[in-house]
Amino acid sequence: MPSFLFDQFINGLTQGSVYALLALGFTMIFGTLRMVTFAHGEVYMMGAYMGFEIIRLLYPSFLLALLAALVATAMLGIVVELLAFHFLRNAPHATSLLVTIGISILLVNLAQKIWGPETQSIPFGRIDQLGNFEIEIAGVYITFLQIAVLGVTVLLMLVLYFVINRTKLGMVIRAMAQDYEAASAMGVNVNVIYMAAFAIGSMLGGVAGVLVGVYYNMFYPTMGGIYGLKAFSASVVGGLTSLPGAVVAGLLIGLVETFSVEFGASNFRHVFSFVFMILILLLRPGGLFGGKEMAHTRGD
Amino acid sequence: MRSSRIRFPKFLLANAPVLSIIAVLAAVPPFITNMYYVQVLVFIGIYAILTLSLNLLNGYVGLLSIGHAAFYAIGAYASAKLSMELGLPWVLALAGAGAIAGFFGYLIAKPTLRLSGIYLTLVTLGFNMILFLVLQNWMSFTNGPLGIMDVPPPSIFGFVLSSRLQYYYLILALVLLTVLSMHRLMTCRFGRALTAIRENELAAEATGVDTTRYKIQAFVLAAFYAGIAGSFYAHFVKYISPDSFTINESFILLAMLAFGGQGNLIGPIVGAAALILIPEAFRPLQEYRMFVYGGVLIVMMLVRRQGLLGGRSYSLRWTRFDSAPARIYERGDKFLPEG
Repeated sequence: MPSFLFDQFINGLTQGSVYALLALGFTMIFGTLRMVTFAHGEVYMMGAYMGFEIIRLLYPSFLLALLAALVATAMLGIVVELLAFHFLRNAPHATSLLVTIGISILLVNLAQKIWGPETQSIPFGRIDQLGNFEIEIAGVYITFLQIAVLGVTVLLMLVLYFVINRTKLGMVIRAMAQDYEAASAMGVNVNVIYMAAFAIGSMLGGVAGVLVGVYYNMFYPTMGGIYGLKAFSASVVGGLTSLPGAVVAGLLIGLVETFSVEFGASNFRHVFSFVFMILILLLRPGGLFGGKEMAHTRGD
Repeated sequence: MRSSRIRFPKFLLANAPVLSIIAVLAAVPPFITNMYYVQVLVFIGIYAILTLSLNLLNGYVGLLSIGHAAFYAIGAYASAKLSMELGLPWVLALAGAGAIAGFFGYLIAKPTLRLSGIYLTLVTLGFNMILFLVLQNWMSFTNGPLGIMDVPPPSIFGFVLSSRLQYYYLILALVLLTVLSMHRLMTCRFGRALTAIRENELAAEATGVDTTRYKIQAFVLAAFYAGIAGSFYAHFVKYISPDSFTINESFILLAMLAFGGQGNLIGPIVGAAALILIPEAFRPLQEYRMFVYGGVLIVMMLVRRQGLLGGRSYSLRWTRFDSAPARIYERGDKFLPEG
């Protein structure tokens, strides 16, 4: 493989792993609640700003920033769940959707009031303190930040896999995803599990926010919009309810995008991944991993 | 006996409430001296058409389009391009803008509507964002973020509009046409089919309603109306840029619909008027207007999810003179009170 292709491959993988994290969060929420949230991109943005403030003001440590973002976005996720879903359990799906849209408007404008509408950056001295080395593989230099993004993503996926498949909480979440009425009849506290699933999904989004924010060193209030869209796209391509599907689809979209930039469509990279999603919907409505059955929302 | 009284035509009497509202809307603006207020009224008209078209989906069929500004944008750009590059007269550009927006609506609806409704919702949001990026980056066609300037004013069979008051009457006519056509649509088989789909899709399908076809038709129609509003906007402001058609614009429309109420033709208009007038009336609120829209969405959904006037239909007819009850009289139903 020529080294510039390998270089792009690593770039695409980095980008794609962030999409995969976002899509995992989105899929986690949809899989359990069978409802869509439109505030996911804004939760991601809030996580990014959290990391920004920690690194800029407190201490230049990736770990600390990630932990702060985890706590903040978990709480934010619970607030979103309470406002948009908890009080509206029996309402039509559109009602909850509109509340999440309202929350996303409020969060974007709140960020604009706090941090201003312009793009903010961490001073480069601070970024370098995070860690500053490169590894050479086959003539290609991989930076510390790329390693950090890929490493954190893989680690989180393993943790999530463990939680979902090996713990009681994970078992209950899987049971709810399959049939929430039956699960509730077996004595599962539905409200707590919804909240937990929402918190976990939001934490994944918040971590993705810190990773992207530090990787590009750009923080702006509307950064959640297009990334939220990527999360939907990856989630839909993966089948909306399949966690492994979300990961593969996220990586795939990241790679497709990076190579479309490489082959001269840099302004239209987001268009490319959107068209990719439409094509998947046309050819395989259930997504790559969802089988022939497509995902249904509650009440469908 | 009735014959001793002066007989107005029954049609006029039955529609007296509507006609008097129209008369007030037509008669008052010439007395407004501050032209800025007239401009606000024109914008209420534009947003009324947009909210009505969203209501067609959200209120009547139960589909949720959260990227409706995309069709508004397509209408605006199509109309500007048709009249500037092809030199079409405004009336044709208006129709063309609606048709092109409807065509894009078909492209969006066709692949997604055979799936469950949530896919359409996701795709409309994505379409709005993607269209914004295309408008911004396709320099040769849309002139990118600089936008298209000097869109010609509408000329109707040689009469060129110039003052804001004339624009006001044009948008008033367009709003009335929208309301009238939607009223006719919603009271015929098409409208009943849409309501049936909203109430219970399975039952509708069982009684022979081709639900997917009706949903696609409704979506195309909604896109058409949004395109009409976009065309008017382009020729009224005379300058269009991608910034006027962001996802925020779509969210504002949703807030208007949520506030005014859905499922009838009065709620959306009231919602559009209220959410334009509230930030206008309280100047310090201008900076916080997006907070108002977001807050309205959350509060309305939690407290009164059908909106202020939603959830039931209102009759603006003076039923005493309506021909429908009159026919019952002619049949000789003895149990009805004397009229």
